[in-house]
Amino acid sequence: MAIAKALPLATVPSPFLARRRRQLLLAVPVFALLALLPLLVRDVYLQNVLVLTLMYAALSQSWNILGGYCGQISLGHALYFGIGAYTTSVLFVNFGILPWGGMLAGGVLAVLVALLLGYPCFKLRGHYFSIATIVIAEIGLLLVHNWDYVGAAMGIQWPFGPDSWATLQFARDKVPYFHLALGLFAITWLVTWVIEGSRWGFWWRAVKDDTEAAQSLGVEVFRSKMAAAAVSAFFTAVGGAFYAAFVSYIDPESVMSFRFSLLFALPAVLGGIGTLWGPAVGAAVLIPLTEITRSYLGGNGSGLDLVIYGVLIMLVALARPEGLLSLLPRPRAAGEGGR
Amino acid sequence: MTTQALLQVLASGLLMGLLYALIAVGLSLIFGLMDVVNFAHGDFLMVAMYAAFGLWFFTGLDPLLAAPLVTGLLFVLGALAYLGVVRFAMRARSNAGMVQIFATFGLAITIQGLAQFLFTPDYRSIGQSWLGERTINLGGLFLPLPQVYGGVVSVLTFAALYLLMSRTDFGKALEATREDQGAVALVGIDRNRVFALGWGLGAALVGLAGAVLAIFYYVHPQVGGPFSTIAYVVVALGGFGSIFGALVAGVIVGLIEALATTILPPALKSIGIYSLYLAVVFLRPRGLFGRL
Repeated sequence: MAIAKALPLATVPSPFLARRRRQLLLAVPVFALLALLPLLVRDVYLQNVLVLTLMYAALSQSWNILGGYCGQISLGHALYFGIGAYTTSVLFVNFGILPWGGMLAGGVLAVLVALLLGYPCFKLRGHYFSIATIVIAEIGLLLVHNWDYVGAAMGIQWPFGPDSWATLQFARDKVPYFHLALGLFAITWLVTWVIEGSRWGFWWRAVKDDTEAAQSLGVEVFRSKMAAAAVSAFFTAVGGAFYAAFVSYIDPESVMSFRFSLLFALPAVLGGIGTLWGPAVGAAVLIPLTEITRSYLGGNGSGLDLVIYGVLIMLVALARPEGLLSLLPRPRAAGEGGR
Repeated sequence: MTTQALLQVLASGLLMGLLYALIAVGLSLIFGLMDVVNFAHGDFLMVAMYAAFGLWFFTGLDPLLAAPLVTGLLFVLGALAYLGVVRFAMRARSNAGMVQIFATFGLAITIQGLAQFLFTPDYRSIGQSWLGERTINLGGLFLPLPQVYGGVVSVLTFAALYLLMSRTDFGKALEATREDQGAVALVGIDRNRVFALGWGLGAALVGLAGAVLAIFYYVHPQVGGPFSTIAYVVVALGGFGSIFGALVAGVIVGLIEALATTILPPALKSIGIYSLYLAVVFLRPRGLFGRL
């Protein structure tokens, strides 16, 4: 703590700050153009794909905070996604609390769970940690599966109601969900941007690159991991709340299965782990590809969509461990903070 | 519960535990050799079960006779998985841990997709075989013959594995490579060859287990999932990398599972096994017999 305070950001060479300003200036037109996208894409199926793409971009951005910046490869984020989806659904269906409140409540609950689990889990390293996250998410899935109050295996159906921004229910129109997902993605992007320039961001990358060295230089490793987990879990739960409102029906398998944990990690891995735009680029490639192959090849359960998906994951992991973004030429300025 | 019933539960737990040990030991072997967790391990088991099923379905070959063929097939699959995928994953200069995890996950999903493409997602089972459906009376305990066969195969395999590791040049090369990957090159051991053979051996062991399991268990493209979780538990409990640990831990997991089944509802049984993994890694990360 003391060391990090003694090193205010002002002493960091200015090319770093200039680059950060450029990133922000570039993001504004990108988000503005994205917001206009539904004017071009009128087809409801394609709009649906766009909503999912933005949602996974946001969720992968959240995963990236813990997995990419802090280097803790969680394969159990479906747990936080499920907490968000279930909290929102239970509060809305049983208590009439609007999804906006449920979103916040789910996020807070996910943070508490993440801190509780982080306490023992962050003592584990590498594979031990990743397998523990898988196992914990599976336990969560089984508990929900057998918990009658939340509908057990039957799940929760949202009541039908008029289209409304208050209840986030739109029967046919996908465009409101598109803008909601875009908003969520923009917020997670901005949070990541802020983190990149903050003391936490430097600590987390130090923990990721070399935990021992970071520790010996005074980085509070354990607190760093806990903070990254809390931020990551919060936005993953908010994404789960969004998803519950979007599909209006949830059951344990449809929000908490291992598939989701993998789907949150993969866009970041594909686009560039621990980078600002990596998760979005990865989601923009991966989600339309999987949705479209599923529609054209996998509708009859043939499994070919899985083969394409699996081969793609292998190819990216092996051929481009730094992700697709690393294919872009980029001058490395002195004092640059990112990888 | 009567003593008789308790003995019955313990005996079936022991037999299932021996099979869990055989499923898990290949995972442990590969981890010990090169510090890589194969997330496609359960899917290797699934491939072996489909191979046994396919041989029975298309040629009528009994799974008992198919076992050596299936084991050989899996040896080839394991060696190819190393040469075609994992070898490249180990070369990654950045994000090495992540690359290994996602490369083997990609392999797992590809294998599942291929199985679904070739065999559809339907549940299949070997309808009639020499051992299937039969029981044996051992001193008043009635035990299903396929499970007894599995237990015997497992014990014999562990004995053979012990001899292989301690008495042969190949075993010594494996041991030396795990001790110091750099130094073995100096004495003329080709690291890549040892790794490929190690992956072949690890996959062959789970292949043998699959040929046994297929006699009395349904096979479908996702069948590997629960077994791979059990394998992680066994490997963690026994100590990552320890062969003897895998045997002891497999039996412990089998016994706990059998006892849990008699008192807990089925859903909680899996929670119990998952919690065992967490208890081990939180309280004693090196497991019972592992080296840190």
